[in-house]
Amino acid sequence: MSDTHFVRNQMVEEQDPPAATTGVAGWLRENLFSSVSNSILTLLSLAFVYWLLAQALPWIVSPTWHAESLTECREIIAELGYGGACWGIIRERWLQFMFGFYPAELYWRVVLDFLLLAVALAPVLFTNLPRKMLYFSAIYPFLMPWLLWGGTIWNPIVVALGFVIGFYAQRLLKPSIGELAATIAAFVLPIIWWLFVAGPVADALASVLPLSIQAVESRNFGGYMLSITIGVVAIALSLPIGILLALGRQSDLLIVRSLSVGFIEFIRGVPLITLLFVASTLLNIFMPPGTDFDIILRVIIMVTLFASAYMAEVIRGGLAALPRGQYEAADALGLDFWMAQRLIIMPQALKISIPGIVSTFIGVFKDTTLVSIIGLLDPLGLSRAILADSAWNGIVWEIYGFIAVMFFIFCFSMSRYSMYLERKLQTGHR
Amino acid sequence: MSTMTDPPKESFKLGMLIYDTRYRSITIQIVALIGFLILAGWLINNTVHNLAVLGKPIDFGFLNDPAGYDINQRLIDYNSQNSHWRAAFVGLLNTLLVALLGCITATIVGVVVGVLRLSNNWLIARLMTIYVEIFRNVPVLLWIVFTMAILIETLPAPRDFRGENPEASMMLFDSVALTNRGVYIPEPLFSRGLGDLPILPDRASDACAVPEDGGPVSDACGVFQVSLDMLLILAVLGAGLYVSGLIRKRADRIQNETGDRPTTWHYRLGVVAIPLLIVLVLLGFHVGLPALKGFNFQGGIHLRNSLIALWLALSLYTAAFIAEIVRAGILAISKGQTEAAAALGLRPNRIMSMVILPQALRVIIPPLISQYLNLTKNSSLAIAVGYMDLTGTLMGITLNQTGRELETVLMGMLVYLSISLSISAAMNLYNQRVKLVER
Repeated sequence: MSDTHFVRNQMVEEQDPPAATTGVAGWLRENLFSSVSNSILTLLSLAFVYWLLAQALPWIVSPTWHAESLTECREIIAELGYGGACWGIIRERWLQFMFGFYPAELYWRVVLDFLLLAVALAPVLFTNLPRKMLYFSAIYPFLMPWLLWGGTIWNPIVVALGFVIGFYAQRLLKPSIGELAATIAAFVLPIIWWLFVAGPVADALASVLPLSIQAVESRNFGGYMLSITIGVVAIALSLPIGILLALGRQSDLLIVRSLSVGFIEFIRGVPLITLLFVASTLLNIFMPPGTDFDIILRVIIMVTLFASAYMAEVIRGGLAALPRGQYEAADALGLDFWMAQRLIIMPQALKISIPGIVSTFIGVFKDTTLVSIIGLLDPLGLSRAILADSAWNGIVWEIYGFIAVMFFIFCFSMSRYSMYLERKLQTGHR
Repeated sequence: MSTMTDPPKESFKLGMLIYDTRYRSITIQIVALIGFLILAGWLINNTVHNLAVLGKPIDFGFLNDPAGYDINQRLIDYNSQNSHWRAAFVGLLNTLLVALLGCITATIVGVVVGVLRLSNNWLIARLMTIYVEIFRNVPVLLWIVFTMAILIETLPAPRDFRGENPEASMMLFDSVALTNRGVYIPEPLFSRGLGDLPILPDRASDACAVPEDGGPVSDACGVFQVSLDMLLILAVLGAGLYVSGLIRKRADRIQNETGDRPTTWHYRLGVVAIPLLIVLVLLGFHVGLPALKGFNFQGGIHLRNSLIALWLALSLYTAAFIAEIVRAGILAISKGQTEAAAALGLRPNRIMSMVILPQALRVIIPPLISQYLNLTKNSSLAIAVGYMDLTGTLMGITLNQTGRELETVLMGMLVYLSISLSISAAMNLYNQRVKLVER
């Protein structure tokens, strides 16, 4: 036994971690220069970012905001000595980008409309607001087209009355003729009202009490106002229709299922642009002779059908992801089909499908640019007219850049909101 | 002892159609069916009536009339005297061309970006995130017109290539010219070629008469012509790959039996490359380079700006979505799989190829194919840059010239529908094959 054993009998002083692994140096080393190949990649990307910023920044910050025409703008740029953008065109045309050819003295109606939209959406989006606000959300769908298109106030009121009739038919007739018959009555009576009674009633009321605001024709609609109108209406209508289609596709009833599957697969199988061709050229042929309804309305119908088919597939995914036990538990509680859907299945299925629903929303909003192909003046359609303006001939990047940035802001905030919603509704424990 | 009797037989009452759950589902279905039939009948009735008033009953005869318009980017022979049928067919081939090119590029870019987003290099991961967010949140139509504007505004005109000190020069050993009129690339030529094989030739027509000197029949013969040279090359290539696969299988078998894997890569390369080279030499293969003649480039293959813009924009847009799918697919595989494979002693690249990828692909492929579908459908936006695809020909100029909205739009929709349905049928087959077998 040798006596070379050595046992340390006091602790070593605590030492700082090596300087290369902490602080900025450590972070850089770990995240940017961890290996030779990583370092090369980092340097290459830095060079790329530098090149991009060196090209883009001077162009973006060019002080041409007040230029009145392209020549004036070129003079300012020539003084600068480097290439710059001509932002004067955006200053001159931004109202057109927002409102199209909507009469300038009526802009307040559009602005008010979208402000009210925010008020109507708020209680739906943020659950901590007072629930009473939902009453306004219910009125808003009738208020919105009236503010945009103008005309007599009696039209939206008689349309809304149809829903009231349906609601009370269900409620009052249920004790006397049974639930199913009352439900059928709640569908049939409003349709009769809208088809045959509503028009004359509205005319009569308008002649008695002419309450109306100045009417604006559809062809004056344009810019982001048009995109938002089409997008918001299609999004709002596609969710309920999509839910019904998804339920139809999941249903045990053969005919209902095949009708739903046929509709969904057909709509998803064709490009949106062909549906817009249908809206612009064919829809009037399908209707009774003499009907000539508004082009924006036709487009909204087709975009809504398109969005509903996609929505149905997203919601079907959510329904399929629910464990079978949830359906069985709902049955065991004695709930009927609609109660089970409303109280147990849908809240969970919709929660699962939030990312998909929001990306469908974003998709629909982006797809509203396609209406420029059939001649509506959305921002992209307007840009063609502006590109042809002789005072600003040759301006391309500024206009496309402006449109792209606006769309990015709308779509990006929607996707961020969906992430917030996912986190908020997260009930699982991790 | 009491007698057992059958329970009283319930007599059928009309009310049971509504209140008895056994019959109610049938009632609901019949009501739905009747409602649907009434709606369909109403629409068809309106349509027939309206068309009769307009004086153009449904008739597909106009498709045989001369189209009367030119299509500059085309894969098969076409001139303005050909029928609308042929114009639509040229358009369909153009749609398929841009869809195929787009799917290939989008997959490559998407996979690279998706993997790089998970990179541990902070800067690269951020840059890729920015790319994905920018492309996903701006409409594809805007990207298409934007790319078109970039091509037209920034690339040099053909005349800039002229002179002693040209402002622009060709790339890749003078073989590729990027101009604002399109991209010129080399074309494969065969000095001892076998000629073309007309598909569905109409022997009676003048075009198909064999010339007196016994040379090949004219280009206009048949619906379209398949290059026999290309067919031969593809056949040789396919046979080579097949033999190479047999060699690999044999190597696998020997490895299973003895544990040693014979070195086969030179055989496998040889059986593919040598026959191919022999065939190319026999056919007299050479490339035709584009060259500046007069005001424009001659020779080579001319890819118009519209095709390039559509291709680039669709690929980059779809790639952003594919990147997210790839990222989600890789993240969906639990870390335990990697660790278990490592515990078995597998090397990192084998972990990726034998454990992670097969599982990730099961998650990736279905949404990937639906992105391919989206790309194909988005290719209909070609009309915005003047690329003559199916929408541009059949539902664009043909519609405008003949005024046959119903027929052209319905035909176009049916074609797109059949493309989509065949892609989703293929996807379902694949899903059935790779599906996890659960209880």
